[in-house]
Amino acid sequence: MIDVTLESVSKRFPRAGDTAAVDDVDLRIGAGEFFTLLGPSGCGKTTTLRMVAGFYFPSSGRIRFGAEDVTNRPPNKRDTGMVFQNYALFPHLSVAQNVAYGLKIRKVGRAESTRRIEEALGQVHLAGYGDRRIDQLSGGQQQRVALARALVIRPRTLLLDEPLSNLDAKLREETRVEIRRIQKDSGTTALYVTHDQAEAMAMSDRIAVMESGRVRQVGTPQEIYHRPATAFVARFIGRSNVLDLPVVAADAERVTVALPGGWEVPVAAPADHGLAAGATALVSVRPEHIALTSATAEGALTGRVTELEFTGMATNLLVDVAGEPVQVAAIDVPAGLGVGDQVGLRLPPERMWVVGA
Amino acid sequence: MSTIPATPSAATVPPVTDDPTPPSRPRSRRPALNANSRWFPYLLVFPLALVLFGYVVQPMLATFGESVGVDGPANWASFLTGDGVARSALVTSLLISAASVLLCGVVGVAMAFLLKRFSFPGRRLIEAIILVPAALPPLIGAISFQLLYSETGILPRALQQLFGTENPVLPFSGIAGVLVVHTFTMYPFFYLATSAALVGMDPSVEEAAYNLGAGRVRVWRTVLLPMLTPALVSASLLVFMTSLASYTAPLLFGVDQTMTMQIYINRTNGDLPMASTYASVLAVVSVLFLLGMRWYEGRRSYRSQSKGVASHRRELTNPFARWLALLASLLAVVVLLAPVATIALVAFSLDGSWTTEVIPSGYTTQNFVTIFSDPDAYRPILNSLQMSLLATVGCVVVGVLIAYAVRRLDFRGRGLLDVAVMLAWALPGTVVAINLISAFSTGNAFSFGQVLIGTFWIMPLAYFVRFLPLVFRSSSATLAQLDPSLEEAARNLGASWWRAFGTVTLRLMLPGVLAGALLAFVNGVGEFVASVLIYTSETAPISVEINNRMYSFEVGTAAAYGMLQVALIFVVMVISGRLETGGRASREATKWTA
Repeated sequence: MIDVTLESVSKRFPRAGDTAAVDDVDLRIGAGEFFTLLGPSGCGKTTTLRMVAGFYFPSSGRIRFGAEDVTNRPPNKRDTGMVFQNYALFPHLSVAQNVAYGLKIRKVGRAESTRRIEEALGQVHLAGYGDRRIDQLSGGQQQRVALARALVIRPRTLLLDEPLSNLDAKLREETRVEIRRIQKDSGTTALYVTHDQAEAMAMSDRIAVMESGRVRQVGTPQEIYHRPATAFVARFIGRSNVLDLPVVAADAERVTVALPGGWEVPVAAPADHGLAAGATALVSVRPEHIALTSATAEGALTGRVTELEFTGMATNLLVDVAGEPVQVAAIDVPAGLGVGDQVGLRLPPERMWVVGA
Repeated sequence: MSTIPATPSAATVPPVTDDPTPPSRPRSRRPALNANSRWFPYLLVFPLALVLFGYVVQPMLATFGESVGVDGPANWASFLTGDGVARSALVTSLLISAASVLLCGVVGVAMAFLLKRFSFPGRRLIEAIILVPAALPPLIGAISFQLLYSETGILPRALQQLFGTENPVLPFSGIAGVLVVHTFTMYPFFYLATSAALVGMDPSVEEAAYNLGAGRVRVWRTVLLPMLTPALVSASLLVFMTSLASYTAPLLFGVDQTMTMQIYINRTNGDLPMASTYASVLAVVSVLFLLGMRWYEGRRSYRSQSKGVASHRRELTNPFARWLALLASLLAVVVLLAPVATIALVAFSLDGSWTTEVIPSGYTTQNFVTIFSDPDAYRPILNSLQMSLLATVGCVVVGVLIAYAVRRLDFRGRGLLDVAVMLAWALPGTVVAINLISAFSTGNAFSFGQVLIGTFWIMPLAYFVRFLPLVFRSSSATLAQLDPSLEEAARNLGASWWRAFGTVTLRLMLPGVLAGALLAFVNGVGEFVASVLIYTSETAPISVEINNRMYSFEVGTAAAYGMLQVALIFVVMVISGRLETGGRASREATKWTA
């Protein structure tokens, strides 16, 4: 078990001009932690992972495994185990030979090697599959062989590059539980890359949300969901309404904002919000936290329903509040509610949160 | 006649990864040869670039230097002014090439449509043997057509006897003869490109046009033809280049006024500067075509990715049409196999027993005994095998590394390296020979100060230059289908660059490399065009010996040598077919289980 540190790591590609693929990233991944880099495609998460693996070298900054500086160390000297997006299994080798590849390079003895291969294949529920050819396995099985191959060398860090993106939806959910279990059992520090926020939330100890090469927020799934740092994070993780609201008063923990219709509510804010009366605050509120009520209810915003979509568990509404579209996810909807009807929306101040731009 | 590339053009194979980030240039502060050093690509590429410069580019420049050296202005003026031989040779060459494109286009596209769109008796057999005439080595191929269709050929004489006329009926001679050879040996460029396009085409696109109310002609004009255009254009360029480089057909049918023949004639008359001028002009035209081709291939091609309904063949139902189809198939089979059959027949004929008869009158197995037992006759076989093997080893080492560098490494000048290899492919064999003569008739740094002309080494060097692109192309095509993350996975598991390259990348490239190497080897054994300009009596290869025997009317012995080349080619074709079906089989398996 070892912790991984990135100190103001940047990566510029020679042909890509001045824009940095990864821009001044600072991260500290604790020993044994399951840490996820989450972001839309092109945000720099895979580039960051590949710098940790040693396939790219940072343009500036340092990468450390524990106290050891590995910034410019070639990939084969890093002792990381990587699971590739398309598994990258060697098609000319059997399952067991694939798993054995890293052991051979480490000159592990035959008996020890056989034992560890069996153990690793057992761990991923593929005991007895050692002699199979790679092309005789299903996608899910190939994925597990890739995991076994990465784990059998007892790597200092497990690196996973969107390992579930080639699996179908049901298998994806099964496998993410498996990966998490195996990672916990082995106690290996894991760095996981995905663009799927549900996957990230379900698996991770902590998540770093990236956008345009920068880390926008690092935190536990709960922190990121309930206390998004920026409007981007609020919208990327689940769905969110980010409202522009005038600030009436502000102190260190709270900002009082005026809702359309004149209601004033105190909203929790991060300590460094830097807002004062007269400024405009960005306030995030999740659709499922907004309650539907009658249009005339005390303290409620009134609006007109412009879209209505029944999804089974909930009904998604788009409500026009003084020209501003507000998303609402309601479990209970008054019978007969339709597009064009007036409704009241009750925003819960304790669920609202001031975000950065 | 050059060789059909082993794989559909590498440039149309889509890259495997869709990693949006560009490849990095690894950096490290460690000195020495380290695969992660920023200098590593250059350390690997530098010797390769040196080889290409020394044996491809520099000789070409030497030829140009030779052409402007003595009588330079006069040499070049003869192309630009007047109605001299030079001018008319250029025009004739271009006209023959244009006519070849037209003829090959008609035959190749028609064959592709018949075989890929219709189902009729004999179709499978024809598909199996359709590439046979084109697979023959250039000299023996052209000889077989001469034996079949010229004034003294089997068919005109048979028709003469059949109709009792005074002269042979329908003999091909001169430019018509050249065009027959070109059509038979080059239509596969069109056939292969068109059938690949037809097979790769999503039939629902055509169905959509019918569904929207278009008639058959309209569908052809507005859907099929536009979708085939990329295939047709690149096939046209290939046929044009190959015709321009064609040397054996004009030689055998006595068309002296072509570029390649003029190079040969001037060289044998000792006028190297004039030969060099012809070679330079031909090189410039070939390079222009190469660049045109690369530019065209770089554009989008219509390749549909849909895996919906598989295209189906139309069954012929009309009984009359079925009989007609059967008859036509039989005729096609006979025509396709006739060249090989002729060589085989003549190989068993008694030398001198064939004068005015339709086919030779006396038969013997002595020809084969002679070429294997008589030391003088045996020598060319040994020469060819030895020189070809040497060249192939060179082609594999250099070709595989260049393919790796071009596909997998990021360095300045990558495009140049790629162009330099393909330059070797675009240059006609005649030009390659003149280039080597110009460069190595005095010692230079690339020959370690030795004069290579008149030695053994010039021959394998010429083969190396001519057939390097074959190994490069097939290696590069296999590499394009290999996911780069396989090598990364090996590196991640602790393998050094060399180990990862050896145990994963090279190992997986092996079928492609082997196919390319076999192709280079048989092409070396069949080589004639460059050899005839640079051989010595000590180093005469099989094809030159065939040519000499033909001149001394030992047709039977010549054909016996030819049969050796043909047999070797068929062995190699079978092995390559195995390599390919092996690869395809495992791909199929992946598709079904994944």
